Amino acid sequence: MLGYVTRRILIMIPTLLAISAITFVIIQLPPGDYLTSMVNEMQSRGESMDQGRLAMLRETYGLDRPMIEQYALWLAGMLRGDFGYSFEYNMPVSDVVGDRLVLTVVISVATIIFIWGVSFPIGIYSATHQYSLGDYTLTLLGFLGLAVPNFLLALVLLYLANVWFGTSIGGLMDPRFLGQPWSVPKAMSVLEHMWIPVMVIGTAGTAAMIRRLRANLLDELHKPYVVTARAKGLPPGRALWKYPLRVALNPFISDIGNLLPQIVSGAAVVSVVMSLPTTGPMLLQALRSQDMYLAGSFLMFLAVLTVVGVFLSDLALAALDPRIRLGGGSRR
Amino acid sequence: MTDTTQDRLAPDDRLPHRVDTAPWDPEEVEHLSPEQERFTTASQWWMVWWKLRRHRLAVISGVILLLLYASTLVSEVLAPYAVDSRHSRFIHAPPQAVHLFHEGQFVGPFVYGYRYNLDLETLRREYTPDPAKVQPIRFVCRGDPYQFWGLVETNWHLACPAEGGTLFLLGTDRLGRDLLSRMIYGTRISLTIGLIGITVSFVLGITIGGIAGYYGGWVDNLIQRLIEIIRSFPELPLWMALSAALPVTWNPIFVYFGITVILGLLEWTGLARAVRSKLLALREEDFTTAAQLMGAKPSRIIGRHLLPSFMSHLIASATLAIPGMILGETALSFLGLGLRPPITSWGVLLTEAQNINVVALYPWLMLPVVPVIVTVLSFNFLGDGLRDAADPYR
Repeated sequence: MLGYVTRRILIMIPTLLAISAITFVIIQLPPGDYLTSMVNEMQSRGESMDQGRLAMLRETYGLDRPMIEQYALWLAGMLRGDFGYSFEYNMPVSDVVGDRLVLTVVISVATIIFIWGVSFPIGIYSATHQYSLGDYTLTLLGFLGLAVPNFLLALVLLYLANVWFGTSIGGLMDPRFLGQPWSVPKAMSVLEHMWIPVMVIGTAGTAAMIRRLRANLLDELHKPYVVTARAKGLPPGRALWKYPLRVALNPFISDIGNLLPQIVSGAAVVSVVMSLPTTGPMLLQALRSQDMYLAGSFLMFLAVLTVVGVFLSDLALAALDPRIRLGGGSRR
Repeated sequence: MTDTTQDRLAPDDRLPHRVDTAPWDPEEVEHLSPEQERFTTASQWWMVWWKLRRHRLAVISGVILLLLYASTLVSEVLAPYAVDSRHSRFIHAPPQAVHLFHEGQFVGPFVYGYRYNLDLETLRREYTPDPAKVQPIRFVCRGDPYQFWGLVETNWHLACPAEGGTLFLLGTDRLGRDLLSRMIYGTRISLTIGLIGITVSFVLGITIGGIAGYYGGWVDNLIQRLIEIIRSFPELPLWMALSAALPVTWNPIFVYFGITVILGLLEWTGLARAVRSKLLALREEDFTTAAQLMGAKPSRIIGRHLLPSFMSHLIASATLAIPGMILGETALSFLGLGLRPPITSWGVLLTEAQNINVVALYPWLMLPVVPVIVTVLSFNFLGDGLRDAADPYR
């Protein structure tokens, strides 16, 4: 197990390096930089900017140096916990990002729990009642969840929640709690607002997970050992959860790797629509205004979040299922 | 032992070589009817088709998709209005229902005209059907002029409003443009974006996955790592970043191709993995060794001997990948990072439904989501059917 952990950690290092390089290239792709777009904007308002001041700004931010050097500076800064400077907010990136990143993690975790909570009973029901009316209905619902664009679902649910429950529109809590210290009503308000994004982001993942669990469980249920267990007089419930269910549970852990990027992606759009204080809207804004260090750090954070999440799920899977630990990696 | 055989069969008294000249029918013992013959000698693709035909949902989905794609050939004729004709007297007009009977009398398909009323308190335009205005729909008629495929100037439509009347079956938007017409035009862009995108990722996936699977070793390792890295990026933020990099000054057509390529560039990893794992298994087969011994080049072995044996699987997984691209385009356009007007796609139309007021006041502006759902579901069902049918020998 220890060998497996070290091997996985060693693989993560080059992966993260490559991700940082790709991120840097992407945020450098748009022609010009923040200063040129700022100058353009000022010109369109009829103002002008002193050339000397421009050159000075360029030098302070290191925008005049060659690409490789800028990348090295950015990377070295990140290792020290300095993520660069946000031009738009006039603040270090880490100050701007902090809270939003925490909320993104909270929403992602909540979504995963939601996906598990919903797909577990439904998947078992669909597998044990294969081809029944309930199975067909639930499958159809799952497909619909897959096909409806997230942002629209969010919009409609937001409207319905407002009409039916009087939940305030947008944001993650009632406006009167903004800037207030944490209290029980505030936490309740957050919970009241959070179910919509969590549900919306979770729909597609839930559908996929139900299908996986259903297929896995069906495979197991037709195996001889289940027949033997039933023949020996084990009640159906016990014959289900004692053995086949445990084997079929693998996707719940192993699919985190597939789910996480999907959840983070979904969260990005949904939070733009619902103006949640997560990374999505700010990333969009940073991309539009070429606030490159802010955008780059967001991309980097999201990717790291995914890589670490996948790493953790691999560890959990290896701990649960010895076949994975022995089979993977050591073969080659 | 050798001695005894030589004794019995000396070179000179070997049996004479006999050839029977009578015609011989190889099917004498077991005769096959023409149908059976057709079945046993059927090509793989015929068998896939036979198996797919039994999957009713997949066939229905396939027909729906065919119809949708066919409609893109004649979008201009199907749409009652031209794509950008504005009707300033009908801003945010609700959908008009089609009726057949007026006051108990059969009139044929017609709509009731609008009665316009400006609510002076909320300043909201209110349109209600006016039973006095019966406006029969005209069929195969002359209406808004347009350029068919941007080439021929003409004004024929399948259906048009009555003279001086309106025909807004799905309502109008904030500029008074007919939503149905715009959705019909949008089909063209939204459907082709998936096709072109999947072509890009198909080519990339087959080439890269083929190289990885055939050569194995460090090449395979390198490509595997690359795929892992690309997959660990959350898709949408990466799409957002890349499309934000498309210059604003670009011609909309370039933006369209740019977006398609971006969507395709990130989707190839799944296909490449499928190709690789299949190749790893197949390259150990005898027919591959045979081809190698006969001196075939790697490109020929991959393209001629290995790929055809799992092409059907690839097509199935490609079909399942298209909906992701269509949804991706919708999300990007919705965020304002994808396609931009004057290009009309379902995603661009949905940007109109961006805020909560729309849901409350003009819910019909969300209708472009219907074709999105239908298309995504159809591709999913068709892909499922194809996947089941892909291995007809099972």
